[in-house]
Amino acid sequence: MKNETRVERKSEREIVITRTFNASARIVFEAWTKAELFRRWWVPKSSGITLLSCEMDVRRGGSYRFVFEHAPEPMAFFGRYLEVSPYSRLVWTNDESGDAGQISTLTLEDHGDTTRIVLHELYPSAEALEAAKGSYDGMPESFGQLDALLAG
Amino acid sequence: MVQFQRTAQLDAAFAALADATRRGVLEQLGRTDASITDLAERFDMTLTGMKKHVGVLEDAGLVATAKVGRVRTCRLGPRQLDEVTAWINRYRQMWSARFDELDHVIEDMKQKEKERAQR
Repeated sequence: MKNETRVERKSEREIVITRTFNASARIVFEAWTKAELFRRWWVPKSSGITLLSCEMDVRRGGSYRFVFEHAPEPMAFFGRYLEVSPYSRLVWTNDESGDAGQISTLTLEDHGDTTRIVLHELYPSAEALEAAKGSYDGMPESFGQLDALLAG
Repeated sequence: MVQFQRTAQLDAAFAALADATRRGVLEQLGRTDASITDLAERFDMTLTGMKKHVGVLEDAGLVATAKVGRVRTCRLGPRQLDEVTAWINRYRQMWSARFDELDHVIEDMKQKEKERAQR
């Protein structure tokens, strides 16, 4: 049984994603902070997108850069780590959209055999979040109507 | 201007959906139309309180109401709801796909640690 991914829009500029994993916080944190592990899941196979490179300097002030295959030229996502607290918290910026990028805060709650993660995405303004929505327009649609919202 | 109105209505829709009772009302109306009195009873609220919630949903275009005699009947305003859920759903699908892959990576890591411990 897959664990459920919940997405909630908390306010006009905040989105909160929650999920439980069947592993300790240490394992989940490592999968999020070691490039060779991270690159295996961040771009799901089902997306059909190829990750060309993945560089991560996971420490406070360190930067990251992911480059994806994209026509006519590759697309880069990059930012900086603002906080790195092993096994409990990771905060990073998303700088590819200039000042409109969100600040992502990942919190890990260790419950022994399972870990609940909360990924909080805070956009600088409601407009920035609106603009970000456009990047999901190309994604496949299939929805059980109210499910996503009512699950919250 | 049309674009702006659409965005403003979407914002109103998200604000409307931030409340658990209002989400419940939408879920209920997804099953069947109901009067404000029905909804107030179902959610154990005063008529005035429910009128307010329905008003917020109506302003956001999520609910449409019609008065027949003395009874105001509520039903879903379907198009706007699709717009709201479509985006959130795509977002959720992306994260869900990522996290399902992360599950595999985690299982691999656990397996490797187990093997290392047995050695």
